[in-house]
Amino acid sequence: MTDTAWIDAALTSARPQAVGALLRYFRNLDAAEEAYQNACLRALKSWPQNGPPRDAASWLIMVGRNAGIDEVRRTRKQQALPEDEAISDLDDAEEEIAERLDGSHYRDDILRLLFICCHPDLPATQQIALALRIVSGLTVKQIARAFLVSEAAMEQRITRAKARVAEAKVPFETPGAVERSERLVSVAAMIYLIFNEGYSASGDTAEIRSPLCEEAIRLSRLLLRLFQSEPEIMGLTALLLLQHARAAARFDTDGAVILLEDQDRSLWNKALIAEGLALIDKAMRHRHSGPYQVQAAISALHARAEKPDETDWTQIDLLYGALEVMQPSPVVTLNRAVAVSKVRGAQAALDMIEPLSTRLSNYFHYFGVRGAFLMQLGRNEEARIAFDRAIALANTSAEAAHIRMHLDRLMRDSKSAAKSAKK
Amino acid sequence: MLYAILCYHDEDMVGSWSKEHDAEVMKKLSVVQDKLARQGRLGPVARLLPTTAATTLRKDDPPLVIDGPFAETKEQLLGFYIVDCKNLDEALDVARDLGAANPGGAYEIRPVGVLNPGSVTT
Repeated sequence: MTDTAWIDAALTSARPQAVGALLRYFRNLDAAEEAYQNACLRALKSWPQNGPPRDAASWLIMVGRNAGIDEVRRTRKQQALPEDEAISDLDDAEEEIAERLDGSHYRDDILRLLFICCHPDLPATQQIALALRIVSGLTVKQIARAFLVSEAAMEQRITRAKARVAEAKVPFETPGAVERSERLVSVAAMIYLIFNEGYSASGDTAEIRSPLCEEAIRLSRLLLRLFQSEPEIMGLTALLLLQHARAAARFDTDGAVILLEDQDRSLWNKALIAEGLALIDKAMRHRHSGPYQVQAAISALHARAEKPDETDWTQIDLLYGALEVMQPSPVVTLNRAVAVSKVRGAQAALDMIEPLSTRLSNYFHYFGVRGAFLMQLGRNEEARIAFDRAIALANTSAEAAHIRMHLDRLMRDSKSAAKSAKK
Repeated sequence: MLYAILCYHDEDMVGSWSKEHDAEVMKKLSVVQDKLARQGRLGPVARLLPTTAATTLRKDDPPLVIDGPFAETKEQLLGFYIVDCKNLDEALDVARDLGAANPGGAYEIRPVGVLNPGSVTT
């Protein structure tokens, strides 16, 4: 076989399990990573000749552990490394280790590895960078590119994160049920952060940053495979899939945002939507709701509408209502108001967001949405003031451009209104 | 005679393919499929979504619904082809061609007893 793509895929898919297990052996992130790198180097030498091992992860764990132990011995006694032949016949050992470590063991290894990356002492950006480096195995260069920072800055960020994690002393015993579910919540939040880092990109950087979304989806699917009956992990995975399905339709050729209503729905990725819908349907059967499921359900209602005017806004209003109870936040209320404007009109929606004005006084979307409601009510002067404020608060040029489009429409409308008034 | 060629592979591994690699494999597979289609020998073809999206109904009394297939196997059913072949040798040839386009995993070649082409249009 000349094609080596299968080796890349095998190494990538085995990575979380292998590094997780090696971390359990060595209890040190750097040692685990180095042992894994060593195992990969040997895999690149051995696999093309001997074909893929029956279980790539077990092979890498076995070889990595030996390499790691050798490393310890060598530094201790300055002994010579054993010959490669010593590890060439791995079949029996592989079988043994595969049996000794059953699925549940691996599950906690991978969860621990992910959990270490989202340690509460680490700021969000460091959590994400660490997870992408350690769990996903992206190179520092790839991560730096996705974060739009220099390689040196990213290298430093990851080094700092590792140092903090080393001090933090995460326990290596098998976690209890409560601890496991707490870890699961933190890890899910971190995966969502990774996704948002990619999703919140502006039009001109969307392509560079979309690997972050893809990686988040891969991690979320991985987590779901480990915890197949957790409705919130189904919800999280569904949410990411349904959001990412719209990636190709979210920006125009100039990089300006295209609102959901105006998107070309034929550009939505049907396979991702099918998977997302299947997952949210599965999750809802558990009758154990949570914020990811509710957000995924909202996304699903958009995905199910073939045309914007087929959107079930009443149901979306109800779901945002449920989300407000679970996760009270002015931003959730703001989103709900958009649904309310479709169901009960712009005045009801405006009344709903009026109390948020102090808390969202520096929030771009608040003024964008407020301006839109005012415009619908024909209060053009007030709408213009809101839009001006939104532009001042815009985070990206695409956001500002989008609001300017509204403003232009307002100007046109008021001009034509003035003309018809003169007549 | 109709044969089902059932595709088994480690879905973790297939899920780790890069987009480019995935597209390349699909392109190579479509060459094999196009040849069969021209000969009038290609039936329905399906690529299944990950097993995490699957639900199982155990036909107990009452029927039990569980999340996904929980089988702890290394390889999962990821898709299938229905092909018209004179005999097993021919079916194996088709599987070999498909395998050359998409190495790794295994194909189960299984004669079809009844095939109802159904009424779904895609």
